[in-house]
Amino acid sequence: MLDDFMTRAALAGIGTALAAAPLGCFVVWRRMAYFGDATAHAALLGVALSLALRGPIMLGVLSTAIVMALLVQGLSGRGLAQDTLLGVLAHSALAIGLVAVSFLSGVRIDLMGYLFGDILAVSKTDLALIWGGAAVVIVLMLWRWQGMLASTLNPDLAQASGISAKTEQLVLTLALALTVAVAIKAVGALLIGALLVIPPAAARPLTGSPESMAIATAAIGSAAALGGLGASFQFDTPTGPTIVCCVAAMFVVNTIISRGLKLR
Amino acid sequence: MSLIVTKNLTLSQGGRSVLHNVDFSIDRGEIVTVVGPNGSGKSTLVKGLIGALTPVKGSVTRARGLTIGYVPQSLQLDGLLPLTVERFLNLPHRQSKAAIAKALSDAGVPQVARSQLRALSGGQFQRVLLARALLLKPDILILDEATQGLDQPGAAAFYIQIADVRNRLNCAVLMVSHDLHVVMAASDRVLCLNGHICCQGTPDVVQDAPEYHALFGTGTQGTFALYRHGHDHDHDHDHDDHHTHA
Repeated sequence: MLDDFMTRAALAGIGTALAAAPLGCFVVWRRMAYFGDATAHAALLGVALSLALRGPIMLGVLSTAIVMALLVQGLSGRGLAQDTLLGVLAHSALAIGLVAVSFLSGVRIDLMGYLFGDILAVSKTDLALIWGGAAVVIVLMLWRWQGMLASTLNPDLAQASGISAKTEQLVLTLALALTVAVAIKAVGALLIGALLVIPPAAARPLTGSPESMAIATAAIGSAAALGGLGASFQFDTPTGPTIVCCVAAMFVVNTIISRGLKLR
Repeated sequence: MSLIVTKNLTLSQGGRSVLHNVDFSIDRGEIVTVVGPNGSGKSTLVKGLIGALTPVKGSVTRARGLTIGYVPQSLQLDGLLPLTVERFLNLPHRQSKAAIAKALSDAGVPQVARSQLRALSGGQFQRVLLARALLLKPDILILDEATQGLDQPGAAAFYIQIADVRNRLNCAVLMVSHDLHVVMAASDRVLCLNGHICCQGTPDVVQDAPEYHALFGTGTQGTFALYRHGHDHDHDHDHDDHHTHA
């Protein structure tokens, strides 16, 4: 069954959507959209490093994403406004990554594949890494769910109950880096941010609790992955961007429907 | 034994040193109020006591296994996080349905369990925060300007409830407040802050202290006396009783 490239692509898309769902919810709740972008853009630098050192891509992406996330966390609240700082880091990381890739004259690499994803070329090994990474992210999120939710709502309130807001933030940061490493194959460095933010935004109007929002996000993300895959096959369009278009369309439809229900 | 003791506590926030050399302790059953002008370090002290800020110098010692019921000044609610009152009361530790129902009715808002947090009025929301603090059966209740957004009779009722909770749970209560007159009437001890402890003692001692007058002027003494003798007269406020602040 896994010999069919479309089946592998579909499974990769679903695995990515499942990992991105709980994390995307926190990215939206904690207003970390730019934080996700900065981490994702640093991934390209990780690709360049892994190719230069001839190491596994996922490891390079994971480690640069972690370094980037910790850097953002460490620098925030020290003078520069958060959005300016993230803007500086996200775009610099992307530019440095692009320049670093151009130095790799010996290897022929498909830059577009890393920028926009190459889900149709997912191998069985990639698939195992994606699902393994997704499983770790989901277990991590389930384990820390209550504490993360409490510290997202109000760090002081969590602290008074003995929850360390700093620890929760660190776990979230690591999970984010892992998700970026998982998602780069499916949608590429430029569009990971979209996969994190748009599905929860589309799920929000339909839900009344954090848990139902996370589940709806996973469903919307998976449906968009399958829909985007089908549409890209049908219309011969690049797959990663088509998936993002699908989820954006679902966001628009959900928002209009929920507004309409409220007006009645 | 004291529940929380600070020795020589110095705290800074945002790189600025806010509070210096605070020696403070609070015992079971006590109601202590912290007063002081804006920026005097009241909220900073609270953050230090609950462990949200690490001391720059000195120490904070909490009794072993101390349970803190904290009611924050306000909660910035994000419209993107859907949360019912019931779900909120289950954070971060799961509670039984019966305990939640009881805490809500104790706090005076028995009907809101299934409402979204964002749909509550200011007064209801403060009471939900109180319910959450009570649910933990705290050894100490810490309230940071918890009556913000309540009108005067609402605030007075809230303080009566706090005194009642103290009597039932025999917990300590530490509150930060701007309602000088109400607070002075309801506390065992008053702590007057302005970057350090200016003066402290029973309300009678503090209201006569020159440091207190330097901070708040003599005008409040009149209000205080008036209030002390009249705090159960709320006939002037009949029309305000049903006001809740959005």
